[in-house]
Parts: sequence; structure tokens; C-alpha cells
Amino acid sequence: MSSDEVRAAADPLAGTEPVPGVAKPDPILKASGIKRRFGGLTAVNVDHLEVQRGTITALIGPNGAGKSTLFNLLSGFDQPDEGQWSFNDHQLRRLRGHQVARLGMVRTFQLTKALTRLSVLDNMLLAAPGQTGEGFLGAFWRPGWKAQEKANLAQAESLLERFKLIAKRDDMAGSLSGGQRKLLEMARALMVNPSLLMVDEPMAGVNPALVQSLLGHITALRDDGVSVVFVEHDMDVIMGISDWIVVLAQGQVIAEGRPADIRSNKQVVDAYLGAQHDEPAAAAGSEEES
Amino acid sequence: MDLLQILAEAFRSAIAPTAAFYALAAIGLNMHFGYTGLLNFGQVGFMLVGAYGVAISVNTFGLPLPVGFLVGVLCAVVLALLLGIPTLRLRADYLSICTIAVAEVLRLLYRAQFAAPLTGGVYGLQGFARSFYDVNPFPRGSYGLLGVNFTHQALWVMVVGWGLVGVACAISWMLVHSPWGRVLKGIREDEDAVRSLGKNVFAYKMQSLVLGGVFGALAGGVWMLAQQTVTPELFMPQVTFYLWAMLLLGGAGRTFGPVLGAIIMWFLLSIFDGLLRGAAAEGLLPFLSNSDVGALRHAFVGLALLLLIIYRPQGIIGKREEMLVNVK
Repeated sequence: MSSDEVRAAADPLAGTEPVPGVAKPDPILKASGIKRRFGGLTAVNVDHLEVQRGTITALIGPNGAGKSTLFNLLSGFDQPDEGQWSFNDHQLRRLRGHQVARLGMVRTFQLTKALTRLSVLDNMLLAAPGQTGEGFLGAFWRPGWKAQEKANLAQAESLLERFKLIAKRDDMAGSLSGGQRKLLEMARALMVNPSLLMVDEPMAGVNPALVQSLLGHITALRDDGVSVVFVEHDMDVIMGISDWIVVLAQGQVIAEGRPADIRSNKQVVDAYLGAQHDEPAAAAGSEEES
Repeated sequence: MDLLQILAEAFRSAIAPTAAFYALAAIGLNMHFGYTGLLNFGQVGFMLVGAYGVAISVNTFGLPLPVGFLVGVLCAVVLALLLGIPTLRLRADYLSICTIAVAEVLRLLYRAQFAAPLTGGVYGLQGFARSFYDVNPFPRGSYGLLGVNFTHQALWVMVVGWGLVGVACAISWMLVHSPWGRVLKGIREDEDAVRSLGKNVFAYKMQSLVLGGVFGALAGGVWMLAQQTVTPELFMPQVTFYLWAMLLLGGAGRTFGPVLGAIIMWFLLSIFDGLLRGAAAEGLLPFLSNSDVGALRHAFVGLALLLLIIYRPQGIIGKREEMLVNVK
């Protein structure tokens, strides 16, 4: 965790109180009063939440806490019953998924969505924004989009290089392993040049060797100035790379703070382990400390 | 039983005007299903509005034939919008249910009594193709083509029909080899992923539906030129299913798949028909009356399709590696 120490000097969140709904010095994403009901069940009920620019923010919580629902709401893939939220001071209410993505807030999915019967390279090229050849009429005029295609190709190849997928560039995306698909999905999202990347369970179903490389990519992104919000279950991962952690339980933000604050937060331990957290929790806790 | 004769007849069917307009409509279906993943089970509805667009404009309103084609195309655009606006935001199955129903509703609507002043009702419309044959560049007579003869009229329809097939293929090829086509193929694989990358999935699906529908309408127009008469009973739902069979036979998602599928399908239908009739004439099939042959040949084509799906699921010119990919 040497990079943590280096950044500690210029911690953008220095002096931010670890209380739910706290205001951040430079928020990239702000949400207030977000409510989403499914019939009688209120799946998400977030009073206020801000995400600091240039940090890795983890969204954690027990199963059914509403993490993925909140993710869908923020990224425009679902609409809340109430609430206001903004990204880079753009109001996002009533914007659809693709409009949110165009503003620079790009998400990935819990179940990886590689475009299986397209080549890895086509997966990448597809994501490039603002292509003139993407219009119905523009598509016919090849000289009009050739140059742009070439520039996108260069960007795609350098990203594939960085994510160690360059050898697979001409393979069908469907022939990749689960972990490689995760890498491809992340690389593809970067083709959009996002300023905020929303990653839903990046480590699910990925072998331990790839976990390290994925973690490296996420921290590298932050160091490049991209803000990252991610949902994850693996506590080691969360504690290792997050700058800030937001804990959801039953649709509400019950705690937020730095990893150290969260680890010692009694409410979080209660939410995760419920009533039966006496012996096994103590054991697990001491293990984590060591 | 003259095998050579049967083969010649099969060849005739494979390049006849019928094969041309089926190929054209199947190219439209390929745009929908092969590239965008839209399940359109009502392609015949697009053919119907195209055909009637031509016939009504010329007969009822006295417009010139090219304007009639334009009207047919516009009708297809309107139909695509009507079908697409409510269904394309929903899951794929809703479009398929709507298309199959709307195609059948359209047929009943066009044959209804109250529509008769416009559509001719059950009797349909005739004589609208006269100006087309007036400009036939081929002098009256019979033309031999690789051992089969066509009338000058059939030849003229074939030139126009296959010409349109060529244009449609060229348009499809250019589009699917562009960034536009790449987005379309992405939508076929997973529309949420494409949406998350900032593409307006609904607009792309709509464009695809309109374009494929326009190809269907043109096919309907060519059909009417060949037929010189239009009646609602031509546009039965099975036309759509023939188109699907042709598309899957040739290979969905390939530019020439639907064209090859249409040619081979008509070749096979004709050859089974010839063989069965030949065998029946020689008394080899005593249990088979002449009228059963038509039904049985479809059973044989069905069997051929079944074997194809089992042993070559990607179609004749489909990419095998695309089928083998682990599609989740």
C-alpha cells in the first residue's frame, strides 16, 4: 500500500468527517433524496450522497442492500420515484443511460457484457464517442470517417496493450475467459474517455492472479485523474484500494468514511453480521487486523 | 423421368422473379435479425404495404409507377415507426408479437369491404404494372438463359428485381462495414452494454427496422410487377416464414446469406417437386395423389432445413466461429 502513503500527503478528503451524507470538498457526483420503490418495498432511500472527484469510492453493503439498484439509478438505467442527482453539475434526472454515458459517467455491469460475436478490437472501437461514421448517412461516406477510425484504432490498441489483451485483438470477445472479459469491459469503458467510471463488482468470478492486475488498473485510473465508484464484496479488495467507503444497508447509507473508520464502525459490523457476530466475527476481525 | 429437365426447371425457379423478390425481402429481414437481433415475424406486412402502395397510387390515384414505389416505401417507413415506437424500448419478444399480429391485421384491413374503393377488397387491383412493361427494353420474344427460356416480360422483371437485390446488397454491405453497422452488431449482442457506452440504442434499432422494412416494401413492389395483380391473399403469414427459412439457410448476418438462401430454397422446392412428380408419373408412388406432391415437397425442404440446423447451424455461408462462441 505504498501508493496510499504517497497520496496521503495530498489527500483530497482530508478533514472530511466520516458521517453519512457528509459534503465533500470537490464532489463529481451529488445525489439527494433518491427513492426507488418496487411495489411496497423501498429498495433505495438515500438522503444525501456525494462522491469526491479523483478518488476511488467503494459502495458496500450486505446482499439486497440496494447497491446495484442505486448504481442503475445513478447511471440512468433505471429511474427513481423521487430525487435529484447531478454529475459535474449536470442534472441527470430524466436522462437516459446513453445520455449519462455521453456526459462522461460510464458504467460496467455485474454480469460482464462482452459483445460476444464481435472481435475484441470491434468491442473497443464501438465505444469511441462522436464517430461520424455512426450516423446512418455518414456511414456511406467512407473518407469521412476513415481518419477518425484510424485515431480510434490507435487509442484502442494502446488500451488493449495496457490491459494485456493485445494478443487477443482479433479473437471473438466470446472466446475470452471471465477475467479477460472483465478487463475488456473496463478497457472498453475507457474508450469513452470517462471522468467517472462506475464499476459493478469487478472482482466477481475473477481468478486471484487477475484480481491483482485489475486492482492495479483501477488504482492507475485514479492516478490518471479518473474518479472511480465500485461495488464489491471482497473486503480485502475494498480495504486495500478504496479512498472512501460508503456502506448501504436496506437502501440507506448507514455509514461512510475511510477504510479505517469503516472497519471500526459498529453499525457496519451489525449490518453485515446481524445478531450472531460474537465468536466468528471476532475471529474474522482479528484475522483482518494481522 | 427426365432428370435434366428437372434440373433445368429448378434452375429456372432459382433465378426467376419470385426468387428475386424473396431475396430482397430476406435482405431486409437480415438487417433486422442478422445484424440488429430484431425478431420481425411480420416482414410480409412490409411487403403488403409496399405492394399496395404501388398498386393504389397507380390505379386509384393515377400516379406514375415510380411515384407509386416511393409511396410504397413511405408506407413501409410509417409502418416501421408505428411498430417500433411502442415496442423497441421493450424486450425483443414484444416486437415479434406485434409484427406477427400487425401483418395479419393489415391483410384483413386491406381486404375489408370498407376499404374496397381503395384496395379493391378481396378482388384486389390489376393493371397497374402496364407502364412498367411499356418501357421493357427487351423486344417481344423468348430468351434462352443457360438452357431455360424466359419471356421478354419475365426477363425485364428479373433484371429490375435482381438489380434491386444488388443495390440492397451493396447498401447493406457498406452499412455493416461502417461504424454504424458495428453499433448495430453490438446491439444484437447486448443492447445494455452498447447503451452504457453512450449509444442511442433505440434510434439505431428504429433505423434498422425502417431500412429492413423499406427493402421489404420494395420486394412487395417487385412482386406486384411480376404478378401484375395484387390480392390480399398473397400476403399470408407463411411468406414471412419462408423468408426466415431462406435467411437461416443462407446464413444470417452475412451480406449474401439471404440472397443465397432464397436461390437455394427455390431450387430445392422445385427439384423436390420435379422428382416427386416424376416418380408419381412412373407409378413409383401409388399412395400419392398428384395434389399431395405440393405438400410433400415442403416436407422434404423442411427435412433439408432440419439437417442444416443440426449439421450447419450457421447457415451455408455463416461463420462457424460465431456460432461456437460462448454466448451468454
